[in-house]
Amino acid sequence: MSEMKTAAYICSGCGIGDKIDVKSLEKIATREGKMALVKSHEFLCGEAGVGMIRNDIDNEGVTHVMIAGCSRRAKTEAFHFPTTAMARANLREGVLWVVAEGDEHDEVRQEMADDYVRMGCAELKKMQVPAGNPATAQNKRILVVGGGFSGMTAALAAAEAGYEAVIVEKTGELGGWAGKSWKRVPGAAPYADPQDTGIADLIARVKSSPKITVHLSSTLAETRGAPGRFAADVATESGSVTTEEVGAIIQANGFTPYDIAKLPELGGGTNPNVVDHAGLEALAIAAKGDTIKRADGKEVKSVVFLQCAGQRDDSGKHLPYCSGHCCATSIKQAMYFKDANPNVDTVVMYQDLRVPGMGEDFYRSAQQKGVVFTKGKAAAVEPAGDGCRVAFRDLILDEDTALEADLVVLATGQVANSGVNIELPDDDPAKAQKTSVLNLAYRQGKDLPILKHGFNDSHFICFPYETRRTGIYAVGPVRRPMDAQQAEEDAVGAALKAIQAVENASLGRAAHPRSGDLSFPKVRLEGCTQCKRCTVECPFGAIDEDEKRFPLFNESRCRRCGTCMGACPVRVISFENYNVDTVGSQIKCLDMPDEFSEKPRILILACENDAYPALDMAGLQRHVYSAFVRAIPVRCLGSTNLVWITDALNSGWDGIIMMGCKKGDDYQCHFVKGSEMAHYRLSKVDDTLKQLGLEPERVVTHEIAITDNVRCAQIINDYVAQIMEIGLSPMKGFG
Amino acid sequence: MTTANQPAAYRNDFLKEVEANVEEGHMVKMCMQCGVCAGSCPLGSHWEHSPQKIFMMIRAGKREEVLTSDAMWMCTSCYNCIARCPRKLPITHIMHGLANYAHRLGLAPKGQPTRDFAVMFWNNLTKTGRVNELKLTLGHYFKDGIGAGIKKGLEMKGVGLGLLKAKRLNPMEILGGHKLQDLAGFHAIVAKAREIEDRRRGLSS
Repeated sequence: MSEMKTAAYICSGCGIGDKIDVKSLEKIATREGKMALVKSHEFLCGEAGVGMIRNDIDNEGVTHVMIAGCSRRAKTEAFHFPTTAMARANLREGVLWVVAEGDEHDEVRQEMADDYVRMGCAELKKMQVPAGNPATAQNKRILVVGGGFSGMTAALAAAEAGYEAVIVEKTGELGGWAGKSWKRVPGAAPYADPQDTGIADLIARVKSSPKITVHLSSTLAETRGAPGRFAADVATESGSVTTEEVGAIIQANGFTPYDIAKLPELGGGTNPNVVDHAGLEALAIAAKGDTIKRADGKEVKSVVFLQCAGQRDDSGKHLPYCSGHCCATSIKQAMYFKDANPNVDTVVMYQDLRVPGMGEDFYRSAQQKGVVFTKGKAAAVEPAGDGCRVAFRDLILDEDTALEADLVVLATGQVANSGVNIELPDDDPAKAQKTSVLNLAYRQGKDLPILKHGFNDSHFICFPYETRRTGIYAVGPVRRPMDAQQAEEDAVGAALKAIQAVENASLGRAAHPRSGDLSFPKVRLEGCTQCKRCTVECPFGAIDEDEKRFPLFNESRCRRCGTCMGACPVRVISFENYNVDTVGSQIKCLDMPDEFSEKPRILILACENDAYPALDMAGLQRHVYSAFVRAIPVRCLGSTNLVWITDALNSGWDGIIMMGCKKGDDYQCHFVKGSEMAHYRLSKVDDTLKQLGLEPERVVTHEIAITDNVRCAQIINDYVAQIMEIGLSPMKGFG
Repeated sequence: MTTANQPAAYRNDFLKEVEANVEEGHMVKMCMQCGVCAGSCPLGSHWEHSPQKIFMMIRAGKREEVLTSDAMWMCTSCYNCIARCPRKLPITHIMHGLANYAHRLGLAPKGQPTRDFAVMFWNNLTKTGRVNELKLTLGHYFKDGIGAGIKKGLEMKGVGLGLLKAKRLNPMEILGGHKLQDLAGFHAIVAKAREIEDRRRGLSS
């Protein structure tokens, strides 16, 4: 962009012109905002209004557009000028709809609108049109780690969409656990009988697909690169290594059943007549639909399934979670017996029968077939005569009792094959015990981060397959416990996500949640002090280190959240259209009333994903809030640089509200760790406040969900009242 | 653990017996133990076992306890449980079916007032083919002896006289009362019905 020509367009539609003096806004845009061109229109998003802007861009050489009207979240299709830098001043949702009605509020309403125009102009002048990432990578193949049900489904989904897939399977054959099962829980109406696993068909389709390459008995020795340009060293058991160039990775390496030897009180590992689900599948495969025989060859006449064995345990000894599939799996296995011989006594002993999806029909079908369901908790399994004696508490009849059976099946849970826990220190023995799955050559560690209970990363709330490593997607039981039906959905979803990732990478654009964003972090290395804060704080592991220990940005791994920018103490990281100056200049451009005006100014830094929409919605529903606040959207609260706080306080702002997403294990942050980082950094802001001689209440943080429109209006009003009580900032007039 | 009459715990034996012999007994296995029936029963707190527990006991093979329970006899047929059961079990019918089965086997609790009244009602009805209300009432009043019967009769004197005045009670019924024209035919029908029912249930009496 050779020369910058700015233009401001002020809309007086939607009632803005009735309540706000547009002439005054024009004057401010010209005199203070220094806009080269200032125009107002009564219906800016209409054909004539948009035509006027387009004409100025095409014929007047306008390169930078400031639109004052509705929120930046509204009318994005009308105001779509991709070649132009654009700032929006939120006069409708941010002023008109939230400031109390009535003439007595005219003055503060006008001041608020004036300030938003000032801020829009200030921001605009610091922006550039993102030129896009020149370092695009074109590889569109998809690597699938794991050749089980999830892995094969994902590879086939990618292949059917026209993308090449590479499967790396550790064992000598495809199929995984599903391949070692006799049948599966039904996935189609009438959900009454176990159905064929479909694995043979999947394997045949994978083998015959010209787009799928399979590496058996192989693991990943090392994985380097970024979306669009990953290189994976595939090592076979015999030691030979091939390097596969791929664009995205799907990790579908599944689970290991919880070791029944850890349940000796239930006969696990000690009693040959106690097996787990996998053990029973083996017996069922051997029986081929006929009467199931025990390992010693005796026909099973009675069988008991003990649910939640080593699961949902609050003592800390076993798995604390529910694996979700085991109730339906036990029902399926009980049907193996009943279908072969209705006279076999089958008891499923449960504490809560959980059959998600259409499992309720399956449960009913089992009851029809005569499977007995007993609500009870097993205390011990002991050998008795030729079989086992299960001592348990009947939770309906409320008594300790016992029953005898030829065979006991323990419904143990799924343990994720999640590789090493990269958050443990290197000398932790628990880390050394695990083998890495991906062997990533990332500064941040060899595997995907672990979120909870040993399961790999997943954005549970909004984007289930997304992990904190862009272009690498976790599917199936490695990200959360699940059955085949859920894994199927997972695998197809992740395949499409992987396709999106490679396509975005090939165009130099961001992946979700800022899909299509062409801006990317630029770093001024001359100013870098090699403090490593950006590399550590980046939630996505996008930043490595080069040989000289400077940060090395992998643009296609970057999600454009700006957490690195917020972290940088010397402020050398910036985006073309979002940087320390675009926000900083807005903070400093205000017409700050003096200390005795009784007009405080409160800065809101609002996350653009949840908090800013919530504020917009407060306006949409006409929840009145104070006209003393000025809201600035930020990409993520994690991008908040402390210099903004210091600048604001030095410029005489009376208080700052930071609005971000929920942090912690049940986070709602679109960038997973962004809001957590912001909270962490702000925990140290008290020192700054002390140095400035200000009260700690001058900076507050709130977790805001997108639905919190009423609440954020309340928060604002309460905070303004609190600031009035403390008194206005003594820092005014020095900035 | 297994005895002649008490099947092994948590085997299907007793459940199958119930399915074969009890009205709607095949639905017992469909209970999912939610407990809505137990919570819905207006007399719930007066029973030994709620329907939920009775169904669980059947699955647990507690034959003796189920058949000697007073629970089934306390059902007033309000149908609240049927209306609410999410699994659509005809609970009221099952309870009556169980009561009937226990009665046939001679296991039902002795001296249970509902059962006694039911026997009295049946005998009264099948004798003439018509319910003799006067005899039924008197039989009920005097079931615990002459003294108790006179006392009860005096207590209900006002109601009796009112019914008499309104011509709802005929004192001449004491002499035998009205009856079906073809009484022998009716008795033959009842006997045949019992024979069919017994055959169906595999009982030979």
